[in-house]
Formats: sequence, C-alpha cells, structure tokens
Amino acid sequence: MDQPRGRAFYLLAAVFALYVLFLYGPTLTILALSFQGPSGGLTFPMNGVSTHWFAKLWEGVGVIDIWAALRRSLALGLVVMALTVGIAFYAGLAFRKGFRGAGLVFALAVSSLIVPSIVVSLGIGLEFRLLDDAVKAFAAATGWGFLQDHGTLMGLYSSALGAHLTWTLPFGLLIMFAVFNRFDPAYEEAARDLGASGPQTLRHVVVPILAPALVGVALFGFTLSFDELARTSQAIGGRNTLPLELQGLTTTVTTPEIYALGTVTTAVSALVIGTALGLTLWLQKRRARRALAGL
Amino acid sequence: MSDLALPAAAAANTAAPTVAARPRGRALAYLQAAPLALVFLVFLVVPLVLTGIVSLWEYNEYEIIPALTLQNYADVFDGCLSADLCTTVRTYLSTVKFVALTLAITLPLGFAIAYFLAFHIRSGTVRMGLFLLCTIPFWTSNVIRMISWIPLLGRNGLVNDTLRTLGLIREPIEGLLYSDFAVVLAFVHLDTVFMIVPIFNSLARIDRRLIEAARDGGASGAQILWNVILPLAKPGIAIGTIFVTTLVMGDFVTVGVMGGQQIASVGKVIQVQMSYLQFPAAAANAVVLLAAVLLMILGLTRMIDLRREL
Repeated sequence: MDQPRGRAFYLLAAVFALYVLFLYGPTLTILALSFQGPSGGLTFPMNGVSTHWFAKLWEGVGVIDIWAALRRSLALGLVVMALTVGIAFYAGLAFRKGFRGAGLVFALAVSSLIVPSIVVSLGIGLEFRLLDDAVKAFAAATGWGFLQDHGTLMGLYSSALGAHLTWTLPFGLLIMFAVFNRFDPAYEEAARDLGASGPQTLRHVVVPILAPALVGVALFGFTLSFDELARTSQAIGGRNTLPLELQGLTTTVTTPEIYALGTVTTAVSALVIGTALGLTLWLQKRRARRALAGL
Repeated sequence: MSDLALPAAAAANTAAPTVAARPRGRALAYLQAAPLALVFLVFLVVPLVLTGIVSLWEYNEYEIIPALTLQNYADVFDGCLSADLCTTVRTYLSTVKFVALTLAITLPLGFAIAYFLAFHIRSGTVRMGLFLLCTIPFWTSNVIRMISWIPLLGRNGLVNDTLRTLGLIREPIEGLLYSDFAVVLAFVHLDTVFMIVPIFNSLARIDRRLIEAARDGGASGAQILWNVILPLAKPGIAIGTIFVTTLVMGDFVTVGVMGGQQIASVGKVIQVQMSYLQFPAAAANAVVLLAAVLLMILGLTRMIDLRREL
C-alpha cells in the first residue's frame, strides 16, 4: 500500500472533493442568503447584509407558531433519545446473552428499516384511529362520564413517539451490536470475581466503558427524531413538529425567512452534534487519564 | 421496565454466582429485550396487520365500515388489464424510474467514495475525519436540504445566471427546479450517504493481504477491482441498494417539494388518500407498495445471496 499515489488516487480525490462541494454547497448558499438584506429575495445577488429575516422569523411565520413547533421537536427528540439509548442498551445486553426469539426480534428491527416510512406512518395512524373509535364505542356503551369527551389518543408522546422509535431503535440496536462485538467480557468477569453484583457491574464497569458509544446512540436518536418527517406525517395528530411545519412552509413562504429558519434548525443540529462529539472526546480523554493514573 | 430486571439479576448473583446464573440470566435477557420487542409489536407489527385488514374494508365519505370487500384492490388496479396503462401502473413506473436513476448515480458514486476512503486514505484519523464530513449533512433536516436548491436551480438561480452571463443561454432553463431532474438530484443529495456507509463497512473489512496476493499473482488494477474487491463488497452494495430503493419507493416528501407537487409517486398517492380520509384505499395502496418493495428486495437478495455473504 505504500506505493506513490497513482492517477486513480487523484481522480478519486477529485470525485470526493466534488461530492463534498455538492453536499455542502447548497446548504452554505442558504446560510449565506439567510443574511440577505431586507429588500433581497430568494436568490443571489445579496441586497446588503442584515439579520432582518431572523428578526422576522423571531416575530413568527404566518399563522404558524414556529417556536412552539421547535420546542415540540426538541422535547420529543430528547424523549426519543433517552428511550433509544435505554431500550437499545438493554436489548444489546439481551442479544449478547441470547434468548429464544432473538432472530425474530432482529428480523423485526431490520424490517422496521425496510418498510417504507409512509406505510409505517399510515399503519400507526390507522391503529390510533381504530383505538379512538373503540374508546368512543366503549364510552357510548358504558356511559362512563370521564370517557365521554374522549378526543384522540394520537399525539406527540404516543403515536408520534412510537413512529420515531421504529426509526431510531434499529439504528441504535445495530450500533449496540457493533459495540458489544468489540467488548471484552473479561472486564465483567473480573468485576464479578471481585464480588460485584450484576447491577454494580453494569453501572461501574459496562456503562463507563461503553459511554462513548452510548453517546453515539443518543446522538443518532436525537437527530433522527429531530429531522423525522415521513413517519410522523400521518401519526402526529393535531400539533406538528418542526419538519412538518417546514414542509408546509416550503410552498407558502417565498421570502428569505425560510432560509433563516433553515439556518436556525441547522444550528440546533450542529450544536447537539458538537456537544455530543465533545462529550465523547472528553469521556475518552478522561478514561485515558485515569488509565495513566492507574499505572 | 428494564430497571425492574436489576433486582432479579442481583438475586441471581448472590444466590449462586456461576451455575444458577444461567437460567436466571436467560429470564433476565427476556426482560431486557422486552421493551424493544414491545415497541416493534405495537408500532410495527400491529399497524401493518391493521393496514392489511383495513385495506379489505369498505368506506364512504364519512367513515370506514368493517365489512369485507376487495373493491379497494379492484380500484387500485382499475383499468390495468386494458391496453393503455392504468394510473397505478403509470405511478409505479414513474416511481421505479426514480429508483433506477437514483441507483444509477448513487451506486457508482457511493462506491467510488467508499473505495477512496477505505483504500486510498492511509491515516486512520484523516479517514475518520473525511467519513464524518460525508455524514454530517445527514444530521440536518431533509426539507432544509431540499429548499437549499432553490437559490441554485431557480429561474433566476445561480446556475441560470451563470449560464446567461457566460452567454451560453438566452432564456433561463425552466426545467431545473420542480422537475424530474430536481427530484433525482435531491435523491442523490440525500441518499448517497446510505450507499457510502454500508459499502465502506464492507470494504474496510477486506483483508488487505488478499489484494496483495492478487497483485503478486499478476492481476491488474482493474482485475483486482472486478474479481476481488467487488465480490467482497457485495453485502455492502446490497444493503446500500436496499436502503436507497426503499427510501425512494416510499418517498412523498422529496417528490412533492422538488417536483413542485406535480409528479406522481406511490407515496404521494397514499398521502393524498389519507388526507381525504380514504383510509381503506390508502391501506390497499400501502399493501401493494409494501409487496412491491419486498419483491424488489427479494430479487436483490436472490442475486447476491446476502445470507451467505454475511
């Protein structure tokens, strides 16, 4: 492999560079254009530089409360993140031990990735509609007061949460598989030999060693949820998440305000990713320091 | 829920550390896997089963009626036996066209990039950095990434402006945005990463000694690529292809936004029917879509025998 760089290298390097340009170019364009002057439009040239469109955005976009949508997306993303880490971690432990039906559960996780989002979304939407119908029929049959004004079970933390988990959990599980493949059980055995209980081993040995990977799963969970659109579209109920509002705005908003919104959401994603990566690096550094101290 | 499992584990360990821990550990495994299984049961299996059932129900403008009928499927395939193609077949042909075009671009592109990262970048840190560079845009909203094409492809966008300034065109090209071209461009933009990651994984696992052996055996670069690397990269290629196929087949957002809400796609049909509360019709379409996707995936796995490769 230590030959001089051939023609293939430069050719592929050019392809890679062009791809990266293609990947980032458009996004950088709207980042720039979101600082368009007050009289500027959706395209170049820039008519001055200002934060006018951010101010407009701050006041709100049309009839939609974009900030409430952002808060909803953030809150849901955090819940999805926590559940993804917890569920995927314990499932990873279970798969490592092995259990009857493991193959089936794995197949389910894989099919969850393969079934088109719109089908999952439709199915969950239908499920909750039928549930609502059932509750209403039950309320009519029993005459129970507290069921009389039943609206819908569909909502951010029921149907939408479930829809998001069908997308984040398979990724989380696959990461856990990769992680446990490289995990040396000798650490656990050592802990057990020293008299640590199961929970103690988990808490003081397994989790700290896996911490960077768990941060990775959390990162996946949050960002996949924060940007999820197709699976939520039919399963959200009345109040929309940010990506759904954004999709609606693409046809109605024709000012750089929508670019400002794009810049803000990209900044939120970048902030989360940056924090997570920083956390991972810090964890790794701390571990390295402790290892040195141990020597 | 999983926390409930912890005391059980503690008990198992204090009672008899090694021998008795086995069956109890088994029980613990069930508890630990239960939340995952439950999520998939409630939010994947039951919804899909219900979709299948509702696709066989009747409906009118106001409600869905639990009475068995095959009418919804008859509607889906209405007129398909006649000489000119029915709407469904035309919609599927349009969708499959997007799948084919997207694959034709993302597959070679994804392979080239994965190959470059896996074989040409010598430093692990640089490789990781470049790899991250490819995946970071994946973390921002798809809708944002789609609308970011407007200033470039629009009527007065950068591309048209540049071409006009250069004197290559007089009138702006209209078909750049809100067209088949824009849809495919957006798919390539959004989905190439789903090719890169699995192919990169496969390539990274290839034992470098195999390539050296091939070279020592006198194989040319092209021969090594075709006879050694490509066969070993098949699982990655298959997984990437399955991902892209599924994403494009079921898509309604990209086709909607980039096609100016004018281009038909299967996902869009389902979405529109849902918005008119025609759930049984939407469900029938969803079942047909799912069947089509599964058939395509089955065909792919037949071609490469994924089981054996993994």
